[in-house]
Amino acid sequence: MVHLTRRYWFSASHRLHHPSLAEEENRDLYGKCNNPGGHGHNYFLEVTVTGPIDPRTGMTVNLAELDAFVHARVLEPMHDSSLNELPNFQGQVPTTENLCVEIFRILREGWPELESACRARLARVRLEETSSNFFEYRG
Amino acid sequence: MIYLTRRAEFSASHYYHSPALSPEENQRLYGKCNNPHGHGHNYVLEVTVRGEVDGRSGMVVDLKQLKEVLHREVLDVLDHRFLNEEVPVFRHLIPTTENLAVEIWRMLGPKLAFCELHRVRLYETPDLYVDYFGPEKSANGK
Repeated sequence: MVHLTRRYWFSASHRLHHPSLAEEENRDLYGKCNNPGGHGHNYFLEVTVTGPIDPRTGMTVNLAELDAFVHARVLEPMHDSSLNELPNFQGQVPTTENLCVEIFRILREGWPELESACRARLARVRLEETSSNFFEYRG
Repeated sequence: MIYLTRRAEFSASHYYHSPALSPEENQRLYGKCNNPHGHGHNYVLEVTVRGEVDGRSGMVVDLKQLKEVLHREVLDVLDHRFLNEEVPVFRHLIPTTENLAVEIWRMLGPKLAFCELHRVRLYETPDLYVDYFGPEKSANGK
């Protein structure tokens, strides 16, 4: 069993604001991240796939297939977007915690599409908001 | 229990070709990596060992000894080599990052009698790495 990790990046903006809190409470809680105009990050995303090595191909998952899958499901909709506008964040604040869990959910939902990963599983999503701030989710 | 990681680099070339597949299938599966003349990477290897801190020396492992074994058993064998043709195990095994990580464990693990190997992490590029924690243990831990 090996654990293969692929690293991607995308840029997006967000605003941390909870509709059930008062304006002042939002400002106290989220500080600068509550700025009404939003602000942006270059997010670095790591996707870890765990599984056996296919003796025929030497691979755990076909990288070209994994790349196309992550691009279509995550990078394409999220890159250069305002996260608050995406359907995924209509009912939740786009903190990096929620974004990390959401990306895991999106990838796991589509996982059966990945033919070469039929014996491998999505083991981890790691998301860096900045170089000093990152989150991991394993489902 | 404490974990110590030593990082090292080596440069090597390889290509991917599976004898179980037709030339067309190989081309489709591996793309540019199927070029028989090979292509190269600067691999970054992280070796993690674990153990208790020795009360007398304050160390979990003698780093000098670890470095020597790592150089002798792994880096001297792989550095500046064409993996498919110059490292015997890859005459019959496709030198993907997955297989290379497992082979490095096999080369190194038995030689580290003075400490316990915990993880081999191998970066092919900054965007791609493989972790291997050794063969699966059975339910009774043997």
